[in-house]
Amino acid sequence: MENSQTGRRNFLKHAALLGAGLAPVAARNAKAAPDNVLSEDRMGVLVDTTLCIGCRSCEWACKAAHELPTKPLHDYQDRSAFAERRRPDDRALTVVNEYDAGEKFPVYVKVQCMHCDRPSCVSACIVGAFSKQASGAVTWDSARCIGCRYCLVACPFQIPAFQYEEALRPDIVKCDFCFARTDSGKLPACVDVCPMEVLTYGPRGDLIKVARERIRRDPERYEPHIYGEYEAGGTSWLYLAGADFAKLEFPDVGSKPMPGTSEAIQHGIFAYFIPPVLLYALLGSIMWIARKRSESESEEPYEHP
Amino acid sequence: MNTLKPTPLERRFFTPGVIVLCVLALNGYAFLLARFLFGIGAVTNLSNQYPWGIWIAVDVAAGVALAALGHVMHREEYTVVIRPALLTAMLGYTFVALGVCIDLGRWYYIWHPLVMWNGTSVLFEVGMCVMTYLAVLYIEFLPIITERFIGRVALPGLLSRMNALVESLLRVLDRSLGKVMFIFIIAGVVLSTLHQSSLGTLMIIAGPKMHPLWQTPVLPLLFLLSAIAVGYPMVVVESLLASRSFKLKPEMDVLSRLGSFAATLLGLYLAFKVGDMVIRETFVYLSEFTTESVFFAVEMVVGIIIPLRMLLSRKVRHSPPLLFVAALLIVLGVLLNRINTFIVAYTPSYGLEPYFPSFGEVSVTVGFVATMILLYRAAVRIFPIISVPKPSHERGTKYALRGGSA
Repeated sequence: MENSQTGRRNFLKHAALLGAGLAPVAARNAKAAPDNVLSEDRMGVLVDTTLCIGCRSCEWACKAAHELPTKPLHDYQDRSAFAERRRPDDRALTVVNEYDAGEKFPVYVKVQCMHCDRPSCVSACIVGAFSKQASGAVTWDSARCIGCRYCLVACPFQIPAFQYEEALRPDIVKCDFCFARTDSGKLPACVDVCPMEVLTYGPRGDLIKVARERIRRDPERYEPHIYGEYEAGGTSWLYLAGADFAKLEFPDVGSKPMPGTSEAIQHGIFAYFIPPVLLYALLGSIMWIARKRSESESEEPYEHP
Repeated sequence: MNTLKPTPLERRFFTPGVIVLCVLALNGYAFLLARFLFGIGAVTNLSNQYPWGIWIAVDVAAGVALAALGHVMHREEYTVVIRPALLTAMLGYTFVALGVCIDLGRWYYIWHPLVMWNGTSVLFEVGMCVMTYLAVLYIEFLPIITERFIGRVALPGLLSRMNALVESLLRVLDRSLGKVMFIFIIAGVVLSTLHQSSLGTLMIIAGPKMHPLWQTPVLPLLFLLSAIAVGYPMVVVESLLASRSFKLKPEMDVLSRLGSFAATLLGLYLAFKVGDMVIRETFVYLSEFTTESVFFAVEMVVGIIIPLRMLLSRKVRHSPPLLFVAALLIVLGVLLNRINTFIVAYTPSYGLEPYFPSFGEVSVTVGFVATMILLYRAAVRIFPIISVPKPSHERGTKYALRGGSA
């Protein structure tokens, strides 16, 4: 279930923390967390929205691959699903929406987890239930999750979903990049089924080259921007579009990794545990001096620390 | 020297007000039961777009800020307010922990953070600090328990054989606590400082999903300053309410002095909040008429500027009703700030319909507050917490017994 590399690293991290109780170890490991699993040939998917016809086969294939209840493939031809704006939830890990971007034809955009290179959910999760795998996938470990939904708060793309109707053991649900399939050499289910070859699965570096080449060859067709190349510090999923990304409801998340600021503050406050210990020492000495002064009245003087 | 001494109050427990509180509490428990039987979605208006509601904003975030009063002072002349403040803090933090617990989808895994660490998670740090701090508060409350029971241990029936043992345990506890209490008091302050600020850091990772009026890298500093500023006003509110409810003379000497400290601290908070607004130039958003700008203006004017102006007046500081109003405005201002930061400011781009708390959510929150007040009322009848102006007749007895054991 959990990637062995990340799992071992976590174990080492915890062992070091528990064994030595050394703050320097904690700070260094915590900071390094998502970076050192990013392999040079991590995988990604290039989504060319100019090719998509909105057949929603990917929605069906995704549900089938993840054993979620689904209607038969034929029913997905029904265009009425486009009447409302849909978001991925606990019953659908990916959805396709239709946009009128003022072009001749409507634009279809598939939405799912972007699998960030520096994921907020991995940084934010209170129990470390999320991991960034070396393959690029961001996965969730049910055995750890406590259902606090901080990942939902943290995600800039608002992807993780929570099973609000589940009383006993609600899950966090999101696209797992078909981790189980790719691990055994198969394509992600949506990439596999797509009849229009909208989706290209491959090493992220190569996909960026492919995307740039498509923009260069047909600048009329494409916006000169690969969404996901730099967004939120880079994502595994990359998008090409013929219309302004803002019109297609792609959020403007900037190019800095989302966890950057909070991790910097966190590491500032806890730098090697020096600030808290200094504060403790400072307060201790103030208290000691105050005690010294009133010692004559006190029947049971405190011993100074 | 005054002869005030903390003493268990002898008052009737049930009054019409208490019965109303009981009804509110039971109503809350009914919805709480539904939450555990049918899931969070059955009781709340939370969604994938708005994952956190008033249970986090009010019960947890505001609770932590308002219950921080336990450590505001440990000086002799404030003895009359220390114990009630400690009781409020202990009850408040207990309910913060309960508030977190009911909001967790898998509440029975609340212990997971103790063994599954994630050093980059702000929530992890908040969780650990709050858990430790709660333990520290319980330890600080122990002397009140030993004081109540030493020399008076009388267990019923068969258990009465244990009397002597329990008695000696309490004495050992009492003596050792006196020597080590300073460790816990300082630890309490340090832990407070850490998690009060980190509660602010919590929302920073939400990035552009937060309205710029509140989303700032100095959020942790603002949270810390506001938590410090609200400490004394909270003591004032609680003390004036208790003295009115138990028909005692208000401790105006102490309280008006706390009022002037509060003014200084509130001024500092205001300076940083305005400074942040000027540096990031977010005041431009105030020219728009939106929910966010209105809530921000109310928070600033009603919650900070008006009470600050009030507390600068000597007349206000020495009049119980006016001081109460000023302190209450500050408390409500910080409550509103937490609601604003966690709910009003949170405006995700795919929010299909805005979040508004459901009747069930409000009921549970109100039920928790009602329960807390009832427990407070019960505690001051059992333990020596509130100072009453009669010389305690047990005083001699206690010291004699203590001497005997030494």
